[in-house]
Amino acid sequence: MDNNHQRPDDDTPAPSEGIPAPEGAANLIDTDYVIGQDNITASPIGFNIDLHGKVFTISSLLIVLFVVLTLALQDQIAPIYDAVFNFLTSNLAWFFILAANIFVILCLVLVVSPLGKIRIGGAAAKPDFTYMGWFSMLFAAGMGIGLMFYGVSEPLTHFGTAFDGSDWAPLGGAVGDFEGNEAGSIAVGMAATIFHWGLHPWAIYSVVALSLALFAFNKGLPLSMRSVFYPILGERVWGWPGHIIDILAVFATLFGLATSLGIGASQAAAGLTYLFGAPESDITMTLLIIGITVIAIASILAGVDKGVQLLSKINIGLAAALLFFVIGVGPTLIIATGFFENLMSYVVNLPALSNPFGREDANFSQGWTAFYWAWWISWSPYVGMFIARVSRGRTVREFIISVLLVPSTVSILWMTAFGGTAIDQYVSQGIESVRDAGLELQLFVMLEQLPLSNITSFIAIVLVIVFFVTSSDSGSLVIDSITAGGKVDAPKPQRVFWAIIEGTIAIALLLGGGLTALQTMAVSTGFPFTLILLVACYAIVKGLMSEPKAV
Amino acid sequence: MFKHIMVPVDLAHIEVLEPSLKVVADTAKHHDASITYVGVTSTAPNSVARTPDEYQQKLEAFAQERHGVHGQPVAAKVYTSTDPIADIDDILVKSIGDNDIDLVIMATHLPSHLDAVMPSHGGKVATHTDASVFLVRPSQS
Repeated sequence: MDNNHQRPDDDTPAPSEGIPAPEGAANLIDTDYVIGQDNITASPIGFNIDLHGKVFTISSLLIVLFVVLTLALQDQIAPIYDAVFNFLTSNLAWFFILAANIFVILCLVLVVSPLGKIRIGGAAAKPDFTYMGWFSMLFAAGMGIGLMFYGVSEPLTHFGTAFDGSDWAPLGGAVGDFEGNEAGSIAVGMAATIFHWGLHPWAIYSVVALSLALFAFNKGLPLSMRSVFYPILGERVWGWPGHIIDILAVFATLFGLATSLGIGASQAAAGLTYLFGAPESDITMTLLIIGITVIAIASILAGVDKGVQLLSKINIGLAAALLFFVIGVGPTLIIATGFFENLMSYVVNLPALSNPFGREDANFSQGWTAFYWAWWISWSPYVGMFIARVSRGRTVREFIISVLLVPSTVSILWMTAFGGTAIDQYVSQGIESVRDAGLELQLFVMLEQLPLSNITSFIAIVLVIVFFVTSSDSGSLVIDSITAGGKVDAPKPQRVFWAIIEGTIAIALLLGGGLTALQTMAVSTGFPFTLILLVACYAIVKGLMSEPKAV
Repeated sequence: MFKHIMVPVDLAHIEVLEPSLKVVADTAKHHDASITYVGVTSTAPNSVARTPDEYQQKLEAFAQERHGVHGQPVAAKVYTSTDPIADIDDILVKSIGDNDIDLVIMATHLPSHLDAVMPSHGGKVATHTDASVFLVRPSQS
């Protein structure tokens, strides 16, 4: 840090006595809470630990309990998880859809409002990472892995349901509007895909990340979910209400990561089998998870800067290479014009797609949209907290442009290139295998129709694996900091512990079954988190309003 | 022989530093050297300080307090990091160059089997710098 920097607002009196403002003007919250005051420190067998007693103990016990229950009582418990989840998506789909709309609107308003000028970390704070490093981390944490899997399969699926007039089609496909209408089916299919991967998910992440960043870097509260509740609960956030919020965040993050790791490993294994004839066995998948966990641990030990950031940059580079390859050797013109057509189709269909009430496409709006929103929201504490941690020094406007608008645009381009190429292969070239392939193989089948498919498919598998490494890595950092009472400088062995737990749970569920069941449970945490996010919206506005005017 | 001594300080664990601080005072007086106390803090709020500036303020107060003990010229320098636990060694090596340091005196733990996995900061700093490094073990009495 440069200690000689100018502090133009030095004479602005800080409301909290004795504590200087963050760099430049900002408005610290006055609290007597000391970060780590409820922590337990010890050094068993030579390892130093520093943990929040209640959050760590209860979340660990709950996690063990859920894993054991899921493994032991699979047949009894899976229907219960399913019932909970079906209840949420069918009865509360309107709530998820409405809430997500609120997040998008809040973000878009913040970009243009004067509040957008406020800087995270105080008026004179300097960014910790370059644009490239920062953006790579946002993207890798946010949806890198999802784009690999759904980039081909989702556009194809929506196109297919609309084209076939299935009752799963987005927007009135049930009445057969698009049946047999190729152009119309493509347009609505792409619009629906982009809807699920565009503004809404990134707005969900933005809300969590912005609220956390604001309350940590500008208000001086610990980097933990509970801090966002300070404007409502006041000092009570340091007690049980706060513990519960943090435990829920740990729960969602760990199960979200572990189940994705398990499911991702089975998909990566399918790819390896398809390409190299590797045996599609439990051993292959277990080895993949162990491998991913080992690389993640190495990356965790190297830290954010030399670990996650470096891996994210490499991966974004590789992903960009793959994207431009597909654009270049695929139907270039169709992708180029398709980008704008799909964007238009997205804009035109957005009001209907995001309408929470009176939907006639229940299968789509509940089975797809509400599921996705719950899924993004259950991931949001992890992605949001990680984004918050690396976003100090950016203004609110810069933040939202980079976390909302840029990634949404990249998603549109990605979906257009991968989905568009696959649809073109099916429609113009009559290649049916791409549509018929299993979900996890569609990407590879699409690449197979293009030149150099051995190389590109291999790159695709590497991308999948490295995206999982960065997820496991940043996820462990996040869980560790929540269970250490918001400390980001707790001892390293704790992070390693969480990475190992994630891998172990993934393997246990993969071998013992119950992976999908537990994932359903993880996604169900999306409901309580939607409430938390709505509070976060209020907290963002309240927090930003109380900041001194930026200079 | 030594003109400028660097002393890495972790304000969260001052008690660990005690034996080394005595060594610092004696060495500085013997060589008539100036001392820079260096702190590495997270950009996010932590147990010592809620903002990097607060950490700087506390480290300066600490340096002045030490000045009262040994009377040698002191300075306090704080570096911030997103991930201080992982970056501390690199930052200390950088700080040696930034501040023209010729001797580092730092507290360290006793060697243990864990060093193979997670080496001590002192050991890592010593392998990456031209400056002399004096590692002070905790008192074993």
